[in-house]
Parts: sequence; structure tokens; C-alpha cells
Amino acid sequence: MSQNHLKQSDDALVTVPLHSVAHGRAGDKGNRLNVSIMPYDPAAFAMLANQLTEKAVLALYAHRGASCVKRYDLPLLPAMNFVIDDVLEGGVNGSLNLDGHGKSNSFILLAMPVQVAAKYVRHPPRHC
Amino acid sequence: MSNVFRVGNCAGFSGDRVDAAAPVVETLIALGGPCAIFFETLGERTVALAQLEKRRDPERGYEPMLERLLEPILLRCATHGIPIIGNFGAANPPGAAKVIARLAERHGLPDLKIGVVYGDDVRDRLNLQTHAVYEADTGLDMGGGEVVSANAYLSARPIVDALKAGAQVVVVGRTGDPSLALAPLIHHFGWAYDDWAKLAIGATAGHLLECGAQITGGYYYDPGYKDVPDPANIGFPIAEVTAEGGLIITKAQHTGGLVNAQIVKEQLLYEIHDPKRYITPDVVLDFSNVTVQEIGKDRVEINGIQGSAAPETIKATVCFDGGWLGEGEISYAGPNCRARARAAAEVLLERLKVRKLDVQARVDLIGVTSVHDGDQGAKWRESMHEPQDIRVRLAVSARTQDDADQSAREVLALYCCGPAGGGGVRWHTTARIRTQSYLMLPSDLAPGYTVHSAKEII
Repeated sequence: MSQNHLKQSDDALVTVPLHSVAHGRAGDKGNRLNVSIMPYDPAAFAMLANQLTEKAVLALYAHRGASCVKRYDLPLLPAMNFVIDDVLEGGVNGSLNLDGHGKSNSFILLAMPVQVAAKYVRHPPRHC
Repeated sequence: MSNVFRVGNCAGFSGDRVDAAAPVVETLIALGGPCAIFFETLGERTVALAQLEKRRDPERGYEPMLERLLEPILLRCATHGIPIIGNFGAANPPGAAKVIARLAERHGLPDLKIGVVYGDDVRDRLNLQTHAVYEADTGLDMGGGEVVSANAYLSARPIVDALKAGAQVVVVGRTGDPSLALAPLIHHFGWAYDDWAKLAIGATAGHLLECGAQITGGYYYDPGYKDVPDPANIGFPIAEVTAEGGLIITKAQHTGGLVNAQIVKEQLLYEIHDPKRYITPDVVLDFSNVTVQEIGKDRVEINGIQGSAAPETIKATVCFDGGWLGEGEISYAGPNCRARARAAAEVLLERLKVRKLDVQARVDLIGVTSVHDGDQGAKWRESMHEPQDIRVRLAVSARTQDDADQSAREVLALYCCGPAGGGGVRWHTTARIRTQSYLMLPSDLAPGYTVHSAKEII
């Protein structure tokens, strides 16, 4: 952590893409996608959990035809697992999308703006 | 450490790096002690592509890279007593066994014992009308295509039986991916088939390993945020499992990549729905109390895995003939390229109507937005992003190859018909496979195995 300037306002709230405070991975099964989200700093979990609601996540994938989002929490890791239904426009075998598996789709969620304490930001985003 | 059994993974999908196995095998040899390796090369629809290949040539239909995968390590594994397990049999495990037998002969191993697991092909056992559809697949349009393949996810048991019978290589078609790693653990430790706590450890090891470099830094790599050393030479993973159920993930020595807690978390939840209930053919896994801890360089310990009784149903995936995919691409670059690319996109969609082609279409503006967009193209239509160059992609699904081809050729026609400056057209058609999974009962299946020496198989 070389961003010393952040230390002056560690608890100040900043709005950043989720990608700056958490990492994740997408996987597919049929027409169902799962996206895991893990905060880099476990202490950020509660703050993120308040914002990454099923409703908010569904809205991010609505243009892909998503019909339902279910969130599973694993507070010990800590991690959240989002299961998103009908988002793959037919799945790997039926989709016309270049990425039929939806492998790149974790980054739809990782682009979501979140408000967090500055101390949780791993890297300042280049454009914000 | 004497009660440690190591399982190495040497491929995470069909198409994985063919030079991944050697460092894993050399690490296992250097460390000594009992071990096994496995190759996971059979995706959900790979088996259908293999089945189509087998229709064209009855000798084929196994993993196309099989020889390249095994050539560098077969002799070393045989010499050092390292069993090789792989679902590289795909649609033709006996055909794969023949290839391995010939390879063994060439390496002076005529007595190499090769096991073949059968019983995953359930085309004559599955009833599409009476067997229930797997829940994640309800609502998919199968389009009434012909059944190409139907394969049940077998448990670890027939692999264990083949190992017990002395197999040094076990060729499998469809099996639970974690079962490929669980089987040698059951065989070595003598775990009971209802020792759910132990089976859960082994199945989790398999789940974590089965995607190869996804747990050694490969798919994790996000420069600046999640850096990974030497990503061109990522080492493949090794699980260390103890008789008591300890589990550590590490990787091949003298390779790139890394294993840390973040990566293990990413892979733990990969393709997981309810983390309390991850179903494998051998055991149902509960990850809700799992913790991961870095205990050394490239060493992560996993604790808190729980298991419960194996599911009462077995998943079987059916692949149907899915018609044809037609794709065409053309590039626009420089001043006003977004406007020209957008115009090309609209022209293409209009042309499909003018031609009355019976297709479903989608257009992407690669460079503006593509994979994150929906089929309607809402994102690229609203984008004001003006990149240096854009690749317009038309994709159609059609019932006939001719309709797919005629649609894709509309991209080619843009060469002369415009807009201005379009270049670099590529177009092609691909036969499509659609999959749907069903639930069968264990009693619907009759898996088994054979074990023969290489010289007997040839």
C-alpha cells in the first residue's frame, strides 16, 4: 500500500468501482451464472454487503435478460456469491454473445460504483 | 508428512497448455511419496463435439490433444508408479486407450495397465419425457434438435475399482470432475464410500484443482491489482491430502504463478450456487464454514469443509443438434469510425430482413462494447466512446448452414457495398450443440471398468 495520501482520510467515504476494493470470478452452469465477490480487506465486507443487494445486482444484469439474483454470504472467508438466472442468453451453447460462457461477466459487477471508507481502496481508480 | 497423498492436476480443460504436466510430475517425483495426477479435459459440451467427431471417424472422439498431453510424462509416471487419471476418453474411452497403448509400446511399456471406465453414455437409458430436467436448465429452448450425446456424471467408484485392479492409466468419459481427484484418494486411504467427511475433503481437492491454472494464479491475474509472476509459465496445482483429512493446495516447483488465499477463495466459489450444497456424484459439499489460510509460499490450507450424503439423483447432460452459428467480422478505424461501424451494424440487420433470412441476429461493436452487452445492443447504441478502431461482428443462429452462411456473407459484401474503409473481413459457420441436463437414479446406470495391458489392447 503505497497510497500514503489516503491515510489522511482513511475513514472518509469515497465512491469507487467495486473492482478497487474487491475481486471475484464468474462461472456458468447452463443459463445460470455465479459471480463471487471477495473484499481485499475482510473488514470491508459489511460495507459492501449493504450495497451489493440482490436488487442492485439484478439491475446490473437486466439488459442481459437476468430474471433473478440470489446472494449467498460466506462471512468466514469473507465472500458473497451471487447466482444470476437467465443471464446467459441461452448459455454457452445457445448464446450469440462472443462470451457464451459469461466468463467476462464478473467484471460487470466489479464495475459497480460502491461507497467505501478510503482505507479499503486497494488502488485508486484511474478515472474517478 | 508420511501420511500425505499428493494429487496433481495437469489440465483444466480441453485446450489447456500441453506442456503443463511435466513440471507437476517432476515435482511429485522430487517430493517422493504416494501420488497421482489427473487431466480434466471434458467440458459440458466437449463430449458432444467428440461424439460428432466419432460419427465422422469411429476411431476418434477422444481428446484430440491426448498424445501431446501424455507423451512428455507417460514413461516418467510409469517408472515412478504415478497413476494417471483423465476424462480424456470423451466420447470414445476405448479409442483413447488404444492411443495410449500405442504410445506405451513406443516408450517400451508393453505391460502398462490401462483401465477404461464405461457406463457414462446413457443414450439408451435416459428418457427425455420421464426424467426430470436439472433446475438450472429449465426454460432453455432446445429447438427440438436430434440428440447427439447423453452422458451421466459417474462417481469416483469405477475409477477406484480400476485402480484397485492395477490400472496405471485410467481413461474415463463423463465423470464428476472432482471425482477424478477423489478416486486416487479413496484408493490410497481406503476411505469408505459413506465417510462423507473424508469424501468431502477429497472432492473439494478435486473441485479446487480441476480447472488447472485457475488456482495457481492464471485466471486470477489482473495486472496492477492482482499480480502474478511469470504468467507464461504458470505451474499447475498440487493438493496435499492427509489420511485425517488435511488439505493444502500448492503448485509445481520452478514454475510461474502463485497460490494464495485470494485465489483459493475465487476457485472455491467457481461454478458454485448454494455454497451449503455443492453437489458432486460422490458427496454433497458444504463450504459455508470453510476458512483458508496461507501457511507458506504458494501453500494454502483449507479447513472447515463439511460433507453430507451423496445425492439421490445423478446428473446427465444431453447434447442436442442446435442448428448453425454464422459469424462475420469487419474492422473500421480512424476518424469517424464509430459512426461508420454503427452504420455497418444497421445495414447488416437491414440486409437480413431484405434477404428474408430465417435467423436470430446480434451485432457487436468490438472496441465500443461487446461481451457485456445484451443481444439488443443497447450498450453500443448508447455509447459515445470513440476508440481508435472498432470491429463489427454479426452473429446469427440459423436452422440451416446455408442461412447461417448467407447471413455471414453479408459482412463480406460490405467490402464494396460500404460504409467507407471497412477491412479485414472474416466469416465462418459452425455447427451448434445445445445442452440440457436431466436427473437420473443411480439404479438407471450400470458403470463398470476394464483393465488390460497395452500389448493386449493393441
